Amino acid sequence: MKFRTLLSIAAGAVMLAAGSTAALAEKLVISNWDGYMPKDMAEKFKAATGIDLEIAVHATNEEIMGKVTASGGEGYDVLFVSSPFAEALNNLGLLAPIDHSKIPNLANLYAEANELKHDPGNTFSVPYTWGTTGLCYRSDLVKTAPTSWNDLLTPSDDLKGKITMLSTDRWLMAAGFLADGLSVNTTDQADLDKVRDQLIAAKRNLLAYDDTTFYSKLVSGEALMVQAWDGWCNYGITDKPEIKYVIPKEGSDLWADTMVITKASKNPEAAAKFIDFVMNADNGKWVVENIMYKSPNKAGMEAVDKSMFEKYPNMAITPAELLKYEQLRDLGSGMKAFSKTVSEVMAAK
Amino acid sequence: MKARSGTWLLMLPGLMWLGLLMVVPCLLVFVLIFFERGIYGGIDWQAPTLENIARVFDPLYLSIFVDSGIIAGVSTLAALLIGYPAAYAIAKAPASRQTALLFLAILPFWTNYLIRTYAWIVLLNPAGLINSLLIELGLRSEPLTLLYTKSAVVLGLVYSYTPFVILAIYSALQRLDPSYAEASRDLGAGVVQTFLRITLPLTAPGVAAGAVFVFVLSIGNFVTPDLLGGGKFQMVGNLIYDQFLSARDWPFGAALSVLLIGLMLLLLFAQAVASLRARGEHARA
Amino acid sequence: MRALNGWLIAVYGFLYLPIAVLMVLSFNRSGMPTAWGGFSLEWYGKLASNPKIIGAAWNSLVVAVWATAISTVLGTLLALGVERARPSACREALLFAPMVIPDIVLAIALLSFFTLIKFTLGLQSIIMAHVVFNLAFVCAVVRARLKSYDWSLNEASRDLGATALATFFRITLPLIGPAVLAGALLAFTLSIDEFIIAYFTAGAGQSSTTLPMQIYAMIRFGVTPEINAMATLVMGVSFVMVLAAQRLNKGRLPGT
Repeated sequence: MKFRTLLSIAAGAVMLAAGSTAALAEKLVISNWDGYMPKDMAEKFKAATGIDLEIAVHATNEEIMGKVTASGGEGYDVLFVSSPFAEALNNLGLLAPIDHSKIPNLANLYAEANELKHDPGNTFSVPYTWGTTGLCYRSDLVKTAPTSWNDLLTPSDDLKGKITMLSTDRWLMAAGFLADGLSVNTTDQADLDKVRDQLIAAKRNLLAYDDTTFYSKLVSGEALMVQAWDGWCNYGITDKPEIKYVIPKEGSDLWADTMVITKASKNPEAAAKFIDFVMNADNGKWVVENIMYKSPNKAGMEAVDKSMFEKYPNMAITPAELLKYEQLRDLGSGMKAFSKTVSEVMAAK
Repeated sequence: MKARSGTWLLMLPGLMWLGLLMVVPCLLVFVLIFFERGIYGGIDWQAPTLENIARVFDPLYLSIFVDSGIIAGVSTLAALLIGYPAAYAIAKAPASRQTALLFLAILPFWTNYLIRTYAWIVLLNPAGLINSLLIELGLRSEPLTLLYTKSAVVLGLVYSYTPFVILAIYSALQRLDPSYAEASRDLGAGVVQTFLRITLPLTAPGVAAGAVFVFVLSIGNFVTPDLLGGGKFQMVGNLIYDQFLSARDWPFGAALSVLLIGLMLLLLFAQAVASLRARGEHARA
Repeated sequence: MRALNGWLIAVYGFLYLPIAVLMVLSFNRSGMPTAWGGFSLEWYGKLASNPKIIGAAWNSLVVAVWATAISTVLGTLLALGVERARPSACREALLFAPMVIPDIVLAIALLSFFTLIKFTLGLQSIIMAHVVFNLAFVCAVVRARLKSYDWSLNEASRDLGATALATFFRITLPLIGPAVLAGALLAFTLSIDEFIIAYFTAGAGQSSTTLPMQIYAMIRFGVTPEINAMATLVMGVSFVMVLAAQRLNKGRLPGT
């Protein structure tokens, strides 16, 4: 009896040691925008799964895309990228498929979050946040509240010189496409030329193209109306409640920031565990409360304090409504014509 | 001056480093010029083409080159005008102070570029410090538009690269024999004449080096036009960056880069030839 | 002469104007640069508890020191060799190329190259990449000095029986010292703030993140005063070092 107990204890100890060395050996490298996840994500993840998390940061989608394309994704396991880029990475064969059986928390997603056009069924990407692009403005300083993309592109006199537009090429052009009732993914030359001319005319009234500080320009009054992602507008609203967000009557685009697993990953199992961990209700709630974005995580959204939706009305938009809007897709071979048009706009005097 | 085998030994490590870590990697990229961008941004190895080279000569892109050249040129001139007297002052300072003065000139640039630029935005924006001061002093009633203009871009470039000009000119000035200038003055030449005909030509290599630094670094700079110019002025650096990262059209980006590098090298050769002629030197045997 | 000194002071004023701004902002209680919220050290406190920024700053320092050391040695040797060798257009092009190649091109080229030869990325790959352009700058600065160098001094030294090495260390180096120092300063400055090449050639992960990479990534939510605090500390430490070196050395450059 004593001997067998001793043996089983010894066996248990060996297994424990083996198990913990295996866990010690497991490490995940992810790349995300700074501040886009809870600060203690690494500690919590390690406590829950024993896997070490190393977090690299990237400032823009384009940079991480460039790096992963040049290196084949070597060294990275999970990436956070926006949907058109996830689509491109997949087309380039750089992503590993998402094994739904390994990620039970996918059940937390809204049904609509499984129907995103860039990846129906979430086969290679899992949405982390989603939202719209619209007009963010100082309701106390503008004469009339904007209702159309044309209010941005052909502004009234009091707004001239106090407008910014997003500098990322896809969203910059999207403003024009939407104003004209065109698809945000069109690469038809006539469409491109039409929007080019509109944007060149609009450039004369612009304060600046701005992707990062447009909301603080609204807070300080330097700008009165800006093209903005809804979450970013919320940062402005936090500092100045007079700021309001509106989706113009012509519509918006639906964007999603997603998580993907690289094909080069040596730990796809651990990567799946990470995505599963991120998809739990707590993290979904954190996203909404801290970065003020909408989360496609139903469990997370429902756990959020209702007062958030009053303070930030654009959060209350339902997933069904979101899916009305067109998603930005990878442009494929149309990219060259598109990029030339963008250069023409950016270089115009 | 005879070239000795020792000379090759001196040059070998440096040249090898450049060969292995610059020439080879760049060739890998430049070879892409002859292929098409793949549909999703990779490379279509099945489609060799000369189209990228043709596209480069589109007036749109050439005009971007020209505009960048003008902005870089103005910045270079301004940096030289600001930097030369400063370098001269340092070189004439007591020997014990020169190192410290040099360090002081370069120290601001050990902070981060982005925060320096944001500090300029704080200074230049309509509600910023400079405008507030001007209005307080009663010099203006309305704020000046200083930010998101071409001048702001030039200011940013001059600011970033003047210290490099100072370093380059200082190192050429530092060993200048003061007896040349003294002799010139003794012979009756004025201060300006002495400077123009003795000092300046003798420090020409340093000036040329400084000018090259500023021009080349300016023309490839993409952050300054983005931040201080509000993204409204597309320079060559932005264009190439966009092609590689936004359009993910590496072949075309590579083609544009080759054009830029080619133009810059031509410029440098022209300057080298001009300075050789000016100094009456012949190729050493 | 006084006019010149006045100019120098004005230039320093210009160079330090934004530095003064960011130093002041680092003590601003309110996060926004547009409003002064009172004097506060809280951002320094936040900085101390932000291992990411401190770690990145340390990495930047390591990279810059190594890259400067290697490129100063290689660049000076290169300059000496080039100035004595027969001029060669090919070599001139090679020497200028690193300054002229857009950094995004060099960044992608090096990453592709390292990936091809399966070289492990990390701080070491950043250092190797930085040496490429630092080399060219150091070489250019030292060459500018060498154009007015009296080579007959070397000949005299050799004639008097000194070896090549002795000549270099006792004649040449002291004379070109200030230029070498200027080149090294240039290299360090270029390295410490370089973002694109560092980003692409760094290994994946936090252990090879440099300060510019970290700061650029933080831009999404604006430049926090923590970063201004970091910059102020860098300035402060550097100032102290310069003053200390000045006192110790009496500021004398070798050969003066």
